[in-house]
Amino acid sequence: MTAIDQTSTTVGALSTLRRGLRLSPEFAAGLPGTIALALLSTAGRVVVPIAVQQTIDRGLGGPGGPDIGFVRTAVLLCAVAVVLTAVCAYAMNVRLYRTSEAGLSALRVRAFRHVHDLSMLTQSTERRGALVSRVTGDVDQISTFMQSGGLMFIVSMGQLAVASVLMLVYSWQLALLVWAAFLPLAFVLRRFQRIVSARYTRVRERMGDLLAAVSESVVGASVIRAHAAEERTGRRVDATVEAHRDAQARAQAMVALTFPVGELVAAVATAAVVVAGVLLGIGGELTAGELVAFLFLVTLFVSPMQTATEVLNEAQNAIAGWRRVLGVLDTVPDVADPGEDGEVLPRGPIEVRFEDVGFGYPGGPPVLHGVTVDIAPRSRVAIVGQTGSGKTTFAKLLTRLMDPSSGRVLVDGVRLDRVRFSSLRERVVMVPQDGFLFDASLADNIRYGRPEASDAELLLALTELGLADWLDGLPLGLATPVGQRGESLSAGERQLVALARAYVADPDLLVLDEATSAVDPATEVRIQRALEGATRGRTAVAIAHRLSTAESADEVIVFDAGRIVQRGPHAELVAVPGVYADLHASWAAQRTF
Amino acid sequence: MPPPTKRVDPQVLREGLRVLWVAVRAEPRVFAVSVGASALYAVTTVAMARVLGEVTERVVLPAFRSGHTTAGALAAAAAAIMGVALLKALGVAGRRFYAGLMQYRMQARYRRAVTRRYLRLPLAWHHRHPTGQLLSNANADVEATWAPLAPLPMAVGVVFMLMIAAVSILVTDVAVAAVGFLIFPAIALINVVYQRRLAPVATRAQRLRAEVSEVAHESFEGGLVVKTLGRERAETARFLDRAEALRDANVAVGRIRGLFDPVLEALPNLGVLAVLLIGSVRLDAGAMSAGDLVQVAYLFTLLAWPVRALGWVLAEVPRSVVGWERVRSVLDARGSLPFGDGALDGAAAAELEVRDVRFSYEDTEEGRAVLRDVSFGASPGRTVAVVGPTGSGKSTLTSLLVRLVDPADGSVLLDGVDLRDVRRGGVAAAAALVPQQTFLFDDTVRGNVTLGLDVSDERIWEALRLAQADGFVAALADGLDTPVGERGTTLSGGQRQRLALARALVRRPRLLVMDDATSSVDPQVEARILAGLRESGTGTTVVVVAYRKATIALADEVVYLEHGRVTARGAHADLLERSEGYRNLVTAYERAEAEHEAVERDAERDADPGAVQGGEEALT
Repeated sequence: MTAIDQTSTTVGALSTLRRGLRLSPEFAAGLPGTIALALLSTAGRVVVPIAVQQTIDRGLGGPGGPDIGFVRTAVLLCAVAVVLTAVCAYAMNVRLYRTSEAGLSALRVRAFRHVHDLSMLTQSTERRGALVSRVTGDVDQISTFMQSGGLMFIVSMGQLAVASVLMLVYSWQLALLVWAAFLPLAFVLRRFQRIVSARYTRVRERMGDLLAAVSESVVGASVIRAHAAEERTGRRVDATVEAHRDAQARAQAMVALTFPVGELVAAVATAAVVVAGVLLGIGGELTAGELVAFLFLVTLFVSPMQTATEVLNEAQNAIAGWRRVLGVLDTVPDVADPGEDGEVLPRGPIEVRFEDVGFGYPGGPPVLHGVTVDIAPRSRVAIVGQTGSGKTTFAKLLTRLMDPSSGRVLVDGVRLDRVRFSSLRERVVMVPQDGFLFDASLADNIRYGRPEASDAELLLALTELGLADWLDGLPLGLATPVGQRGESLSAGERQLVALARAYVADPDLLVLDEATSAVDPATEVRIQRALEGATRGRTAVAIAHRLSTAESADEVIVFDAGRIVQRGPHAELVAVPGVYADLHASWAAQRTF
Repeated sequence: MPPPTKRVDPQVLREGLRVLWVAVRAEPRVFAVSVGASALYAVTTVAMARVLGEVTERVVLPAFRSGHTTAGALAAAAAAIMGVALLKALGVAGRRFYAGLMQYRMQARYRRAVTRRYLRLPLAWHHRHPTGQLLSNANADVEATWAPLAPLPMAVGVVFMLMIAAVSILVTDVAVAAVGFLIFPAIALINVVYQRRLAPVATRAQRLRAEVSEVAHESFEGGLVVKTLGRERAETARFLDRAEALRDANVAVGRIRGLFDPVLEALPNLGVLAVLLIGSVRLDAGAMSAGDLVQVAYLFTLLAWPVRALGWVLAEVPRSVVGWERVRSVLDARGSLPFGDGALDGAAAAELEVRDVRFSYEDTEEGRAVLRDVSFGASPGRTVAVVGPTGSGKSTLTSLLVRLVDPADGSVLLDGVDLRDVRRGGVAAAAALVPQQTFLFDDTVRGNVTLGLDVSDERIWEALRLAQADGFVAALADGLDTPVGERGTTLSGGQRQRLALARALVRRPRLLVMDDATSSVDPQVEARILAGLRESGTGTTVVVVAYRKATIALADEVVYLEHGRVTARGAHADLLERSEGYRNLVTAYERAEAEHEAVERDAERDADPGAVQGGEEALT
């Protein structure tokens, strides 16, 4: 179970619905008008059976024999009513589609934005396929309900009310009888609903599994191919597909059961009305025509009852979807933007201070202990250490992808969590090792952080980074499409683009997390030299296990087992026995024969 | 994806029926049961009208006329009503369940088929299709395709019901029946108009649904980049644009459906009114009785609701056809790698030969061949290092060696057999690639290493030891059975790489291809991995893409690539002499360090007049 699910599955159906409606005020826009139209069209549905009854009673079965004139008038009036009903229904449908789609679109977008607002840690615990389904399929579930079910429910309720009133007019005794027959149904249905709800939640969960498995088989295509794991992957997908199918069938079995119950209750009510009606008729309290009309009303009463049952099932599905969307919105970002209240950092080289910072991943042991360090403005700092020593955690805390468990991080004397994201992300940029690219042109990817940058500026940046030769090798130059996830480029080329992207964004603190690990040494050295020049005006922190970075840095910070064990310039550190000297020795050994 | 073809309505309907026929043929038994249940429901619905008519004729009216009745008559009436209702209940439950079952089974069947196809289609095809779209094909499109199946048995049941009702009404009065059933050609006509209007809009909505999913997928996948560059707002705007286009398309669909539904609902009502009108005339003429007319009118009111089931099926048809076309485009996609029946049966290290290979990605512009005239070989048990600048085609070369892709010209041979002639699975059994980019499955460590290969735990541990991964795996809570999370999120980059290496080693490949496979691994760890490989690597021919000299040092021969061509081949020392590009590349760090030290020496020499320099700096 992920962080997002934990916040959402415990909430009841009704409060989910209430919260859902409150979050999307668009749904309520013009609702009175829509309901009025709905009631009008409901009234229309009731008119026809009554007309039938009236026509039979007065037109055909009247004391003076059939009255054709009356029948014609009645039929004409009814036809007008039917047409008006259709017009009302059309107007209502259009309104409904418009408001519900507007609301759902807004909800989708809000959930999408919120996913991005969640911390990196929360995002990474959630499967991407499942996240996507929260802004696509889950929202679609709601739309099905909003557009047919929800209104059908209102209409049905209206029809129930109208039918009830008419039944009361004809015979209150029989009306009570019908109500008495249906009352227990309400309780039975409530029990059913609970079970159905649980089963639909399961269906949505299985859907998430399914999407994750399919996505794996698509994204991992080359690994699957390389190791001939098609059969096994196929079986894994099959298992999730079948689990989803079985969950659907189990939910459907429960839904299918609710119908016969309604059917039987309706039959009991009808039989009771016949028996009681005849007895009342003998007592002189009811005419034959009234009893026939009443039997019509019973069907009129039964069909919305069935509709309501069906709609309630659909509602379960929608609520399950809604719950998952709300689950996103209700997940509080644990690394939150202070927003308007936050501070804005003025431009200029950034100074960083870590004060007794500790960090542990949720549920895990601490990975950083008491880290206290100052990084001077304009300095170039290399962070080194073995895998798992806490380097990357340090970088993530520095760029506020995560917040420390203890201690604090200050930039230019301001607590990092007090800085507005808009200011922070502009001034502090990290280049992660895996440079994800968007399916667009090279130019669009490089200017991603500063969309107003012109092609000339991009070319200049690439030239400054020493990448002009590489660009010349691409036949389409800046217009080269990079493919999805940048896969038309090699991993090293993707890193070059990611680096250029950060460079063009022009931050004051640049954090490189193994950002050139897949780049060839000559290019790496060239980039390093370029950055040395270019970073003169800014602060730069680089994490690398190719220690060439450390050799030219102003200062090297050495991590070991979550602590800073050494600090100082390369020349100083390499001269004394210690962690750094060891690291450097094995690096040097690799370089030479 | 092929562009949506402009379609004329009868074709949509015909195509839609064809799609439904596919389902009927695939699940004949479930369909038969659901239709049977529907028919039962239909029969009992009509029967219920009859029973009520009979009860009115025989029990109610006599009672009202005579002023008394018997308990027996009332009991019989109640029993008849309950009996029919029981059957009706059975019918409705059966119809609902089996209609659902059919829909779910068809969804599952096609989701499996679509994914199997993904697993078979070549990587070039994958590169052309966004992940979001492929997800949408397997999810929303399959769902749309089989959406009409839920109301289908009901609709078929309605047809039964109509036939029974028709007979029942015909027996009563031909003229009334004729008028009443005029509504059905009217429904057909309206439906034709409806299909024509809806098809293009529905196609658009379905495509936009896929686009929304694509944008979300890409954006979430690039979540870290979005975050680190603070582009949440721009990403949201991008998503908003597609979401609003989808919204507008859905509203456009809604307008058409919103018109169609009420019209379809009004028609049976108009039918009832027509029946009454004509019926009253017939009654006047003495051609039918009041009781008959009541019954006929009642039948029509009963039909009004289920007739909409026909409408539901028809309403889903355009979406279904669009979904089906998109699903078919996957299932019919061609270009899967053909296999021969050659075998690579040897047990010893394989001999590799690359002969005049040219390769270009289809979707790149003409003339950009990623590899050109690449030829080299590796004798059994030898190690070849492939070296070259970033973007020179090394990774592409590695994917050719294990036949992830085929060369445009030339050939790759293992033990003298062209890889294209090897039977399915044969290349993967003999050669293993450790890619530059590690991909782990949402599975346990064991599952990720074996990928379903049936091997003992000892062999897994042996592979993990060679990959220097045994230490951290042993420290995991459940050892080999520890789940690694989606894409291996619980592990570090270096740990993931080592698992990927173990995955290749556990297969004891006769050709091992490593594509810069240790870039995230610490130097010391890498040194141990390389030492281990050297000691135990007697049965393996190795091709390794590397920049580190220590790795290159393992190689018997170096192949130097530049812009997709082999510009030099030979021993490392030899290449240092002969190839300037190679020399520049592999000695970059030393030269940088030497330069750096020189600069520092200069700085130290200049350090004495440092006060002056400091003063200058303070001035600037």
